[in-house]
Amino acid sequence: MPGPAPPERMRPKGRRNSQGIRVDPEAEVTHEPRQAVLSALVKHKPGVLSEVSALFSRRQFNIESLTVGPTVDSDTARMTILIEEPEPGIDQAKKQLRKLVPVIEVTELDPTAVRRELALIKVGGEKPDDVNAVAEMYDGQAVDASTDSVTVEITGSKQKIDAAVEAFKQFDVQEVVRTGAAALERGPTTLNKHD
Amino acid sequence: MSERASVPADEEGDEQTETSDQAPVTTGAQSVVRALENAGAEYIFGVQGGAIMPVYDALYDSDINHVTMAHEQGASHAADAYGIVTGDPGVCFATSGPGATNLVTGIADANMDSDPMIALTGQVPTEFVGNDAFQETDTVGITQPVTKESYFAADSDTVGDNVSEAFALADAGRQGPTLVDLPKDVTQGETDIEPAAPKTPDTYDVQEEADDAAVQEAAEALAAADRPVILSGGGVIKADASSALREFAIEYEIPVITTMPGIGSFPEDHELSLEWAGMHGTGYANMAISNTDCLLAIGTRFDDRLTGGVDSFAPDAEVIHVDIDPAEISKNIFAEYPLIGDARKVLRQLFDAMPRVPDVDEWREQCQTWKSEYPMTYETPDDEPLKPQYVVETFSDLTPDDTIVCTGVGQHQMWASQFWEYTEPRTWVSSHGLGTMGYGVPAAIGAKLAAPDQEVVCFDGDGSFLMTVQGLSVAVREQLDITYVVLNNEAVGMVRQWQDGFYEGRRMASEYPWIPQFDKLAEAFGARGFRLEAQEDVEETIQAAREYDGPSVIDAHIDPGENVFPMVPSGGDNGQFALEEDHLEML
Ligand SMILES: Cc1ncc(C[n+]2csc(CCOP(=O)(O)OP(=O)(O)O)c2C)c(N)n1
Repeated sequence: MPGPAPPERMRPKGRRNSQGIRVDPEAEVTHEPRQAVLSALVKHKPGVLSEVSALFSRRQFNIESLTVGPTVDSDTARMTILIEEPEPGIDQAKKQLRKLVPVIEVTELDPTAVRRELALIKVGGEKPDDVNAVAEMYDGQAVDASTDSVTVEITGSKQKIDAAVEAFKQFDVQEVVRTGAAALERGPTTLNKHD
Repeated sequence: MSERASVPADEEGDEQTETSDQAPVTTGAQSVVRALENAGAEYIFGVQGGAIMPVYDALYDSDINHVTMAHEQGASHAADAYGIVTGDPGVCFATSGPGATNLVTGIADANMDSDPMIALTGQVPTEFVGNDAFQETDTVGITQPVTKESYFAADSDTVGDNVSEAFALADAGRQGPTLVDLPKDVTQGETDIEPAAPKTPDTYDVQEEADDAAVQEAAEALAAADRPVILSGGGVIKADASSALREFAIEYEIPVITTMPGIGSFPEDHELSLEWAGMHGTGYANMAISNTDCLLAIGTRFDDRLTGGVDSFAPDAEVIHVDIDPAEISKNIFAEYPLIGDARKVLRQLFDAMPRVPDVDEWREQCQTWKSEYPMTYETPDDEPLKPQYVVETFSDLTPDDTIVCTGVGQHQMWASQFWEYTEPRTWVSSHGLGTMGYGVPAAIGAKLAAPDQEVVCFDGDGSFLMTVQGLSVAVREQLDITYVVLNNEAVGMVRQWQDGFYEGRRMASEYPWIPQFDKLAEAFGARGFRLEAQEDVEETIQAAREYDGPSVIDAHIDPGENVFPMVPSGGDNGQFALEEDHLEML
């Protein structure tokens, strides 16, 4: 009396990929990750940073860097978040961010956006002139020097800073600190909701 | 009825005339209570304690009913159930530290099921915060991931506004829990500032109506489909969209499947109903969902217990997804036609936009065929052991349509959802997303207070019942007419079923041969207890328990060998459900 057993039942022809998107049943389709720069205006109040970073960790978004600082309006802060995710993940990250109550506005910046990172690199102080020469190659400058060490400041793209750190390795790098990217859209576009 | 304080009734009356409702607030705590009054709070479920004491003191003068619970977990579950049944946020209170952490399970439960709820927790005085003071925990930090928003009240002048906002936020858009943490100095502090009217924060936008052009496209896709199905989720109930759904489905003659939280959103006795789909859903719902070519999904988040493996979920279907929360669209299942908005409003929009009734007689017939091929049945030998399905079915037959069913989590929950016939929204109160054992006892208390004129029954498992059994004391004190039915298989049955099916029968820690006699336990609490063993006694015992005016517990000794079917193994293909143990081997 019970109907057909599992193998004999009416079967659909389709298939979805792991992201729930319908795909050609014959083809193996996945979305490759890409880098996205998200910029968010948030209420400048205690706990916002932890709320945002907790969201990224509990949803398992692959986060590359996150920077935050005040804006001209003392009530709001601005975050720049670099993530590397397949397309649906980027979309989901934006939507989840927007859902947080202290978040005012979220946008994904154009790949051409102005993007800067700052690094302080402390190296051995034996060859200060050579250190200066390398710093100049990267538009950097020494900001502190002692007999034992020189600290150089460099600003620029991630690639530029990666390259600089690499170049300084010849001087016995003692410490490096990097801020992660801060970014703004080129041209007149702003993120202010009421503009 | 619920207590305000142990003040004799006549004195209480005097007091009320003395403190008029509009006496100005003088402390942060009074402002908190005023905010709850303004928001229309009717009940508070809670437990006293040092850090929350100022707020309780302010409650002494309020008309809001306070129900003292036996454990804070019960307070949050009762508030959650109150929210499900009434549609308005349920309120729970706890003190700092262990009080607050005990609430967390119920808060997380409400969060997963989008139930409206507001939790207020005491906190150590501001100057001690961060010092590991006595009974301090970082409640905001602990609860942030499981609330829509957790507030730390920093100031006596604004604490009332925090509560007003949290209340409004719990109810707005996609409902859910919010929390306000209340340091003792803030609630004790003086203020003469009345709380603002409940209003959601200005950063919280909700889109109520979907884009008309998008609705039109979706309607055309649905009308053109050969095998359309409506999938109705919990969001339909939350949006009070059940009648709009009925009108839509009946007018356009499209079969309706619900999710488990969507049970009650469409009458299961209607011929278009295929009941519910998912891991233990009906065979016919799972066949239809597997083979549909156009799925109108409303107010569902495509939980994995519903979808099974996403690769095999409705793989032929274009998906029209209606949801008030944009983040649910294409989170788990990609939607070709996203419609962001309130389910009731979007259903109206869709109703008007449909170009015609889809031509799907054959498909509807196919669905009916599946109904006869895979009926929901169980074996009923006339003699013992007692079948749990029979107990549920008999109870369902004896009660009015608007009877509210609460459950714990496990096999009994599945039988209660499968073998009870649901026809009304807000009559199914269960823990879905979190799957919280122990939900049933306190949830039934919240449900009964929310709907005192409706019958309330709780199907529980012996394991689940034991987790919150202390709540019986509350049901007795409040004289709540609830019938608890423990489907007692002396085991955490659902675990045992998985061990038997997927772990070669190695029953590690799943058998409970030391279970107490629940009928006697009930009597010890002051409730009525019944022991039920034989099939022929089922109806009589149920009737006796229903007739008893107060809480009663039926300890129903069921066949411990009984398992839940149909079943789609975890991550499996919905069309490949097992109807019996043998099928599991084929999968
Ligand atoms: C708080 C909690 N702990 C553990 C589990 C895991 N779990 C899921 S179902 C189940 C068995 C429930 O047993 P019981 O309440 O007796 O119901 P039955 O399955 O026997 O009907 C367990 C242990 C859970 N869901 N919740």
